[in-house]
This record gives sequence, C-alpha cells and structure tokens, in this order.
Amino acid sequence: MNILAAESEVLAPLATGWFMDNAWLIPVVPTVAFALIILIGKRLPMKGSELGVFSMVISLVLSAGTAYQWIQRVNGTSEGQFVSPVVRSWSWWQSGGFDFGIGQHVDGLSVVVLFVVAFISTLVQVYSLEYLRGDRRYTHFFAALTLFSGGMLAMVLADNMILFLLGWEIMGLCSFILIGHWWEEDANSRAALKAFFTLRTGDMGLLVGISMLYFAANDWTQANLGLSGFSIRGISAWALSGEPNSSVITIAAVALFIASIGKSGQFPLHTWLPDAMAGPTPVSSLLHSSTMVVAGVFLVARLYPVFFVGLDILGSGGNLIVIIGGITIVISAALAFVQDDIKRVLAYSTVSQLGYMMLGLGAGAWLPAVFHIFTHAFFKACLFLGAGSISHSASHHSFDMKKDMGGLRKVMPITFATWIVSTLALCGVFPFSGFFSKDEIIDNVGHNGYNTFMIIGLVGAFMTAAYMTRATYLTFFGEPRGASAGHAAHSHDPHGASAPHDSHAAHDPHGATGPHESGLLITVPLIILSVLALGSGFLNATPFGESWERMKLWVEPRASVVIADSYPGGPGESLKLASGAVPAEESHSKSVCGSATPEKGVCYAPQLNHAPFKWSKALVSLLIVLAGMAISWVLSILVFTERDPRVAGLTSRIKVLGLGHKFLVDKYYLDHLYENVVVRSVAYPISQAAYWFNQNVLDGVLHTVARFAKRLSAWVYKNIDQRVVDTTVNNSAVLTKSVGTAAQPTQSGRVSQYGALLFSAAAIAALVLVIINT
Amino acid sequence: MFVNQFLFLAAVLFCIGVYGVVARKNAVLMLMSTELILNSVNINLLAFAMRNGSTDGHTFALYIIAVAAAEVGVGLGLVLLVYRNKKSISVDELSEMRG
Amino acid sequence: MMVVAALRVVTTNNVVHAALWLVAVLAGASGQYILLAAEFVAITQVLVYIGAVMVLFLFGTMLTRARIGFDSDLNNSYKRLGIPVAVVMMGAMGLALIRSFGDEKLPVSDNIVSTQRVSDQIFGPYLLPFWALSFVLLAAIIGAIVLARKD
Repeated sequence: MNILAAESEVLAPLATGWFMDNAWLIPVVPTVAFALIILIGKRLPMKGSELGVFSMVISLVLSAGTAYQWIQRVNGTSEGQFVSPVVRSWSWWQSGGFDFGIGQHVDGLSVVVLFVVAFISTLVQVYSLEYLRGDRRYTHFFAALTLFSGGMLAMVLADNMILFLLGWEIMGLCSFILIGHWWEEDANSRAALKAFFTLRTGDMGLLVGISMLYFAANDWTQANLGLSGFSIRGISAWALSGEPNSSVITIAAVALFIASIGKSGQFPLHTWLPDAMAGPTPVSSLLHSSTMVVAGVFLVARLYPVFFVGLDILGSGGNLIVIIGGITIVISAALAFVQDDIKRVLAYSTVSQLGYMMLGLGAGAWLPAVFHIFTHAFFKACLFLGAGSISHSASHHSFDMKKDMGGLRKVMPITFATWIVSTLALCGVFPFSGFFSKDEIIDNVGHNGYNTFMIIGLVGAFMTAAYMTRATYLTFFGEPRGASAGHAAHSHDPHGASAPHDSHAAHDPHGATGPHESGLLITVPLIILSVLALGSGFLNATPFGESWERMKLWVEPRASVVIADSYPGGPGESLKLASGAVPAEESHSKSVCGSATPEKGVCYAPQLNHAPFKWSKALVSLLIVLAGMAISWVLSILVFTERDPRVAGLTSRIKVLGLGHKFLVDKYYLDHLYENVVVRSVAYPISQAAYWFNQNVLDGVLHTVARFAKRLSAWVYKNIDQRVVDTTVNNSAVLTKSVGTAAQPTQSGRVSQYGALLFSAAAIAALVLVIINT
Repeated sequence: MFVNQFLFLAAVLFCIGVYGVVARKNAVLMLMSTELILNSVNINLLAFAMRNGSTDGHTFALYIIAVAAAEVGVGLGLVLLVYRNKKSISVDELSEMRG
Repeated sequence: MMVVAALRVVTTNNVVHAALWLVAVLAGASGQYILLAAEFVAITQVLVYIGAVMVLFLFGTMLTRARIGFDSDLNNSYKRLGIPVAVVMMGAMGLALIRSFGDEKLPVSDNIVSTQRVSDQIFGPYLLPFWALSFVLLAAIIGAIVLARKD
C-alpha cells in the first residue's frame, strides 16, 4: 500500500483505505450497467431502470466511502503537509514513444465532485422513475443517463488528460442523446445538434491545450517525476516549476479555457444551454445544472496551476477568465428577465452561476468556486426537479409560466417549500448554502484585487434575486392560469411532450382533478435536495471561524513543496511520494509555490489567498440581495397581477425600452450571428465544393474506369479469346485427327499385317537386346 | 558334337517359320509355319536338356507337342468355319474393317 | 536336309506339297531328337506330329477346297518385308549364340535320360501342368467339335 517512506519524522504517514484504492470502480460500475441496460434492459421488469438506479447507488456508496477515507487521510496529516492524492495508473497502450494510461487520481477536488455527481445522479434516476413513466424510450433514457454518469465519474477521477478527454467526450455525447430524447420534434433535435456543435467548437481548444501541454511538459515530468506529459499531477508540477515558457503556457491555458467556455456555457458559447432545456427535466437537472456544465469549471480547477501561471491570476487586475466570467454573469442574468419558460429562467440562472464560478477561479478564489460547485449542484438540481414536478403534476407538461402556471403554492405545498428554500440558497441569503459559497467568491474576488469584478458580482447577485423572485411570483403566486386552473388544454408545449400520448393515457386523472402535488418518487428527492441546499453551506462556513472551514481543510490542495523521492512502481501501484515540506513553512505562512520556483522538490498547487471574513462585507451583499428581491416582488405584483397602468406595458409604450426588450428576447442576436453568418458562410461554400467534387471528380473517375474496362474486355474477347484460345482448341482437334488418321493403317484388320508387324517388332527387339548385351 | 549346331539349326528353322507366318496368305500354310516354329523350339529345349543333364527339357518338349497338337486342331476348326462363311481361307480377305 | 525342307515349306506353291515337305521337316526333327538322346520324345514326335497333326492338316486342306496343284495365290504382300525380318532375326540369334556358346561341346554323360525318368518328372514335379494340359486337350476337342458342327 502506499504508506509513505517515513523519512521525515515531522510528517505522519498518510492513511489509505480500500475505497480510495479502488475508486476506479466508481465509473466502471455505471459503465457496466449501461452495457447491461442496452443488452437486457427491455426485458427486465422495470425496463432497465432498476439497473441504472442500482448502479448509481453503488457508485454513491463507493464515493461516500472514498470521501470518508479521504477525510481520514487529511485528518491524519499535520499542518502544512501536502496531502498527496491517491493515484493508481495502469498502462493502457504504448505506441511510438507515447504511453497512454488509465488510472485514478483521488484528491479533495475529485472527492467533492464525485460525491456530487453520484448523489445527484442517484436522485435524478429515482426521480425519472416517476417522471418518465411510460415514455417511449424509457430504457434508452436510463442507459444514456447511466453512461453519462459513468463518463463524468471517469473524467473526475482521471489521472491523465487522455482519460479526462475521454470522459469529457462521453459526456458530450450523452448530452446530445439526452437533449434529443424526444427527437421526433424538430426543435428538440435542433437543440441537441446545437449543443453538440457548440461543444465541439470548444473541444478544439481542449485538444490543442492537451497537446501543447504534453509536448511542453513531457520532458520535464519524465525527468523529474517519471510521469508522462499527460498526467495531471505532472502537468501541475511542471506549471509551477518555473520551467515553462510563458507564452506556451498562456496559450495552453487559453486553449483549455475555450473548452471550458463551450462546456460550461460561458459567453460567447452559452447559446446552447437554454436550448438544451428541450430535453426532459431530469436531464436538465442532472446535466445542465449540476454536473456536466461544471465540467468546464472542473477543468480549470483541476489544472489550476496551468491557469494560475499562464494567466497570471494573482498578479494582474484582469485576465481572460474573470472577464468572461463577469460578462457571462451579467448578460445571462439580464436574459433571465425576459423568459416565460421556467426552465429557461433556470438555464440562464445556471449560466450566470457558472459565470460566478469562473469569476472565482479566475480571481484566485479556488476554494470558494469549488465550494460553489458543491452547493450550486444541490439547489439548482432542486429547482429543476421542482420545475419538473410542476409540469408533471400541475401544468400538463407545459413550462410556460405566463400561460399555464400561477397560484400553485396552495396545491403543491412540498414543491413550493423546496422551491423557496432553493431560491433563497441561490440568491445567497444567510443561512442558506448559497450565502456561504457565493458571497465567499465575491469577497475573495475583491480581496485579490479584482475590484471591478467584485462590483460586477454584486450586481449579478442583485439581478439573480430579482429574476428569481419574478419567476417565483409567476409560478406560485397570483391567480392560476391555463393548465394550472384545471383547463385540460395542452395544445402547444415546446418541450416535446406532446407526442407521448402513450404516457398521457397512462396517468390521466389530471383532467379530472386539476393540479396536485406530485408523487413520492418526485417529492422525496426534492426534499432531500432542499435539505442539502439549506445545510451544505455549513461545510465551509467561513463566518463562524476556522474550525468550521471543513471544506477548505479537506479539499483545497496545500501549496507545499513536495520532495518526491521515489518514482512510480509497476502498473496499478500508487505513487509513493514522500511529502517533505521544509519544516519552517507551516500552515498559513506562504510557500513559494506559485510565485517562485522551489529549489528542491515540486509544487502541486499554488499558494492562494483567503479573504478574512467580515460581517460588514457580508451585510452589504445581503442587503443588495434583499433589495433585489423586494423591488422585483413589487414590480411583479404591479405588472402581472394588478396590471397597474403606470408600469404594465411599459416596454410597448416606450420605444427604447421596447427595443431593449426585443434585444434581450432575441438573445442579443448571438444565435443569429452564429447560425446565419458564421455557419452559413463556412458551410455553404464547402458544401458546394464537395458536391462539385463528388459529381465531377469522383463520378468522373468511375466513368472513366468503366469505359476503360469495357474497351479492354472487348479487345480481350476479340484477340485472345477468338484468336488464341479458339485456335489452340481447333488445332488440337486437328492434330488428334491427323494422328488418328496416320495411325489408322495399323488397324487394318488384316491378320498377315498384324503378324508382320509383330515379328518385325520382335526382330528389332532381339537385335537391340543382343547389341545392348554385348 | 557342338551345342551350337543344334542351336543354329533351331534358329534357322525358327526364322524360316517366321518368314512363313508373315508371307503366307493361306491360313493352313500359316499354321504349318507355326508348326515349324514350335519344332525348332523343341530342338532347342532338348539340346539344352542334354547339355545340362536334366529331364526338364524332355518334359517340356512333350508338353509342347501336346499343346501344338491341340492348337492345330482348334486352328483348323476355325479355318473350316471361316471357309464356311467366306468360302475362302485367305487371311487377307478376313478383314471387314474399312480403311 | 531339314533346312531345305523347311525352306520348301514356306516357298512352295502347292499346298499339298507344302504339307509333305513339312512331314520331311518333322521327320528330320525326330532324327535330331534321337541324336540328342531323347528317344521317347522322338517317338512321341513321330507318332503325334507326323501321324496326327499332318493328317489334320491334310484334312483341313481337303475340306477347305484348296486347289490341288499349282496355286498362285499363296503369298501375300508382306513377302518383301518377311525376308529382311527373318534375316535380321537370324543375325541377331546367330550373334547371340556364337557369343554365348562358342565352341562348347555337348557333354558325354552316363546320365542317360530314360523314359522312366521322364515319366517320373511328369507325374512328380510337373504334375500340375500335366493336368492343365489334359484340360487344354479336352477343351480343344470340344472346341473343335463345336466349331465344326454344321449349324
């Protein structure tokens, strides 16, 4: 096992355990389940969903065990000691000097995201049991969902970039499959395609980044650590070693960030995420709110040293990541104001929150950003599942707030309660979890010198509160409208549930009873998630002091210099690292990591700053949030319910406001830009050229070949077949005939001739014999 | 007496017999020539029997005489039949083949 | 004498004459047998050949209405071929004989072959051919009768 070489007495050996060593099982189990569901799912009593749920539960248990053992491991170390991750790798394929391996890399970040993914996947699968009951492709849905979980878990646990890339791509594929689950409607398949292509554009950056990093880092990592240039630890150490060429690492960081932009829906590649709401709600809540879209954030967090050094995070007042993050926060929050579709509001909210995470990472607030991943997953998933619950049981599969919802708080109490809890968490109200994470981000952003962006963060918080209040009001308050009022019309729902009349027939006491609370399979996950939305903040409750900062203790990689004194053993063995922090540098004092090259040993993580908590700052942000909520509440009542003539219809009366509204509704014409300008200008001439090539070049070749073959065969027939072959045949017949004719006289039938021949032959034979024998 | 004189005599008779078989048209005469050949063989055999001091030659010669007699009998029967059918015993005319 | 007789057999134009010359050859052969101390065979030869076979020949000649007297139609077209063939054969055999036996003399032995010894041979080691021969003769007789039947 990987007990360290206990050279230095100061340091305690790191504890290990079965779960951590076998964490590679976590992604394997869902993948196997995926294969099983595809093969035998349709014949199982619950149509394969039981395999999916079961495998996710196993993964969840394994993740929980891994998390627990990681915590033990951290607790067993002394202050300032680098908690080395549990790494195991196996060589998968070697070719031409490249060595591709697969393996696991368990550290705090992995454990956090593993747990989140496994947990939310399990809940979503349970939720889907009820939500998609009777759906036409029930089995395949669960298969894709399970595969997605397997892929993301593999990505999270990857110890090298190739496996990371593999998991990334599997997620993209499953996203495509799941968004287009009801692909019979054109809008859904278009949305799926849009998601896929936008992701692909970003993935170019990932490939470029990985290759650049490999070629740049491989020599150093092989020499110093015995790892290949794909290994994540190797790259991290290399980035902080002062070795890399600054432009190389900057370009690599930018390339990788482009991939993050695509995957996490940052400006300008955010357009796919709202359209992805065309998929079923469980998909939206799993993929597009809590797990897949944080993959981009995860990438930045995982390879943080690369970004830290490449984009000079603590050194400058603005860099690419914070700029993009900041822009994303604002524009998506603005867009959330003009949506009628509840899922789209939540989608833009997700984009906005991802912007927060990016903002945090870009400003050096690593831990708050990661913590925000953790808390955001819970309350956003809860919000999405709540929206699903509403559509499932109240509004007849419609997600349109203005048309089919309203006043639902009376008939759906559980959904309402969980929604409110999650909304408050999202807005960042104390003591809900969002407060602890989002405010920490904003605080640290300011602390690290990015003041402008801190202001942007606060503005974003204001807008978040405002649009969520609007959405809440439209959904749960006021008078019931449309389907919520019990009207059974479900004429036009843009979410593709119109075709499955099969499912509708299955549970249609709706029409009779009107909107009602959803069943247990839906509400129980909601409740669990809302409890977590409330309580998960306390895992890192900075306001309450150091001892409450559990997450920081367990998750944040310590920036201490590590002296590696042995290299990896054979395949499957964990790296034996001696963690010899120079004893003088302990806990909160700064280590050289990130700012200078360590003299001996390597750094795996840069030294970051943590803003000390002050209630005064927190109060400011709380006030801003509450102000946003209040203003929005008042406006909502005025506009939507009372139709106050001073306020309602403002946008249609004042031209400027109307234009602004239209601009927002049309999503800044970005879609128009992408599809009509960019795509059209590239694709159209290419398709013309391809068509020309096909007709003239390819077909031309074929025709020429055919003509040639025809002429050749005619020639062959005339010359070879007729002349040569037939002549041979004829001549052989003639020869035979002539031989026969020549030999015929011997068969004359005359006895005397026979006798003559006989004796002549005898005479000659006798002569020959005599001559030979003398 | 020389061995050779008997052997030479036998050889000469043999060759004359061969010539007879080849050159005679009459079936009966052909058979006679065959008799010549057989007798030459007999002389040969008996000469060697004396030379070697054994009686094997005598035995064989007797057998040959017997066989020759049988053969002549059958042969003449055939000739008679041919004569009955063709009214001629010229072997040249026995062929019914064309060409 | 024998050679001359043989030559006359194959060259004469008269069928009956040819038969009579053949008798002469056969008699001469018998004389040779006696010279070779094969009395039993000689006597047998006279009895069988001259007595029976020649009679058969004469009967056959008679029954087939051979022309008595000069018959021009006795030789066929291969006469020209026959001479060289015979000469070649003679040459070959002569060569062989001279080379092989040279001046060898017949031994004068006390081991006279008596009839008893011959009969011992026939009914001893060579019994089987004797039986076969009797079958052949039987077959010949029956065959001749069958062939000569007037149907």
